[in-house]
Amino acid sequence: MSVPTRIIAFVTGDAQRDRVVPPSGITARLTGFAAGAMAFLAVFALALSLASGRLATRWGDELARSSTLRISAPEAQMAEQTATALRVLETTPGIASARALSKEEQSLLLAPWFGPDLPLETLPIPQLIEIRETEDGYDAAGLRLRLQAEVPGAVLDDHTRWRKPLERAAGRLRMLGLLSVLLIAATTGAMITLAALAALAANAQVIAVLRLVGAQDGYIAQAFVRRFTLRALGGAAVGTGLGMAAVMLLPSASETGGFLTGLGFQGTGWVWPLLIPPLAGVVAYFATGTAARQRLREVG
Amino acid sequence: MWRCSGTTGSNVTGAVFLIELENIAYSYGGGELLSDISLKLSPGSFHFLTGPSGSGKTTFLKLCYGALTPTAGQVRIFDQDVREMSRDDHALVRRRVGVVHQDCQFLDHLPVADNVALPLMVSGRDDLENVSNLKELMHWVGLGDRANALPPELSGGERQRAALARAVIMSPDVVLADEPTGNVDWEMSQRLLQLLVQLNRMGKTIMIATHDLNLIRAAKSQVQARVLRIAGRKLQLAGADL
Repeated sequence: MSVPTRIIAFVTGDAQRDRVVPPSGITARLTGFAAGAMAFLAVFALALSLASGRLATRWGDELARSSTLRISAPEAQMAEQTATALRVLETTPGIASARALSKEEQSLLLAPWFGPDLPLETLPIPQLIEIRETEDGYDAAGLRLRLQAEVPGAVLDDHTRWRKPLERAAGRLRMLGLLSVLLIAATTGAMITLAALAALAANAQVIAVLRLVGAQDGYIAQAFVRRFTLRALGGAAVGTGLGMAAVMLLPSASETGGFLTGLGFQGTGWVWPLLIPPLAGVVAYFATGTAARQRLREVG
Repeated sequence: MWRCSGTTGSNVTGAVFLIELENIAYSYGGGELLSDISLKLSPGSFHFLTGPSGSGKTTFLKLCYGALTPTAGQVRIFDQDVREMSRDDHALVRRRVGVVHQDCQFLDHLPVADNVALPLMVSGRDDLENVSNLKELMHWVGLGDRANALPPELSGGERQRAALARAVIMSPDVVLADEPTGNVDWEMSQRLLQLLVQLNRMGKTIMIATHDLNLIRAAKSQVQARVLRIAGRKLQLAGADL
């Protein structure tokens, strides 16, 4: 039998076989609840992980593609140094464009700090040049050396200083999210194992009777495994559904909200949480199977 | 009449005996309960096993169907050494050896008919033919109208008969019964005996552990039964004085 056929046969199951184990009431219901709660948490851990991944990429991209050149020079030489700098930049491989910011643009940038009424013309404001890089980027060290020779008042800022810690922080956040998903999976396995062991212990007489009439271990184990796997699958499906609905209802990302409101799934990201219920089923299948076979060997 | 269409020992290659015990001993933690016992069960034989309480009748039966492994000597069931059998081999043996326990245990959440059919269910043989057999079998043991009752609702005698039906539904080669008439009145024990005698006439090998000498006397008039007696840790063939 192929794997999909076996899975379908397992899920549709053998109604007779299910009946040999008495309805386990509270144990099975708790299994469903635990799987549901864990799936709900897993959805958020996953959302956190994906959102921080996106954040790291966005910050990295936006900051990596641009640099700033700042020219501080006496009023008289400013225009000449700016022109020289632009010429140097235009001949540097890896730079797509370089553009000197106009006086108006510069005052807009400064307005948040000094207020709109400050007479900027009277102040020695450095000239800013916005640099856009090509895909390959440029050699920052080489450019600094050339600028030092030709435009002594220029300072190149390639944003590395800002980018690195932000990317690192976002990367850590993503790892924490993934670690949480793993811990949740392990905890789900542990809880289902405990529930299965409790059910096996409570059904010692059932197991003894089944052994007496010639049931093989595989048959007995399967009756328990099927029940717990389906409970976990069902519970996790409900938990995942609720978790996804909760994520969907979060306020959408906005300029002012920043990072927190960006928590959620985008595009194909919605596929990931759908993997949680089958994963919970697989965890339950193996956890219960191991517990049952071990238990059956012990009871003799 | 419900028919047994099962196999006997003859289909096992080279094995004349269904169950062979060779110089076996069994001891619990403290001391030896049984020692130096040899016995060969041939197809179609009818044995009674008797002896005082605590002499080891139940232990002896458990050794016969492999629930216990002897501490010394060798037990062969259907030509297989018990020590070399896996857990699944044991399960397969239990499909060919019907066991009626002293305290019959059932799945209390399933009706009697399902409990009787349980061996078919666990061996994947619960097909239509066997299910129609089940109905006849339930009538044969006089439980036709109790098929939908739950085991806890049954009387002692009904439980014994249900256990017997469950033990024979797979048409086993051997039926081992441990005090099958322990909890029932004389009339009922006669009825159970009749069932076992009929099974024996169909070619089944029967062994009944009992301390009820009247039952043995009643059986001897109908069937050629040998009486084994456990005394002083040994198994003896009891005399004709019974």
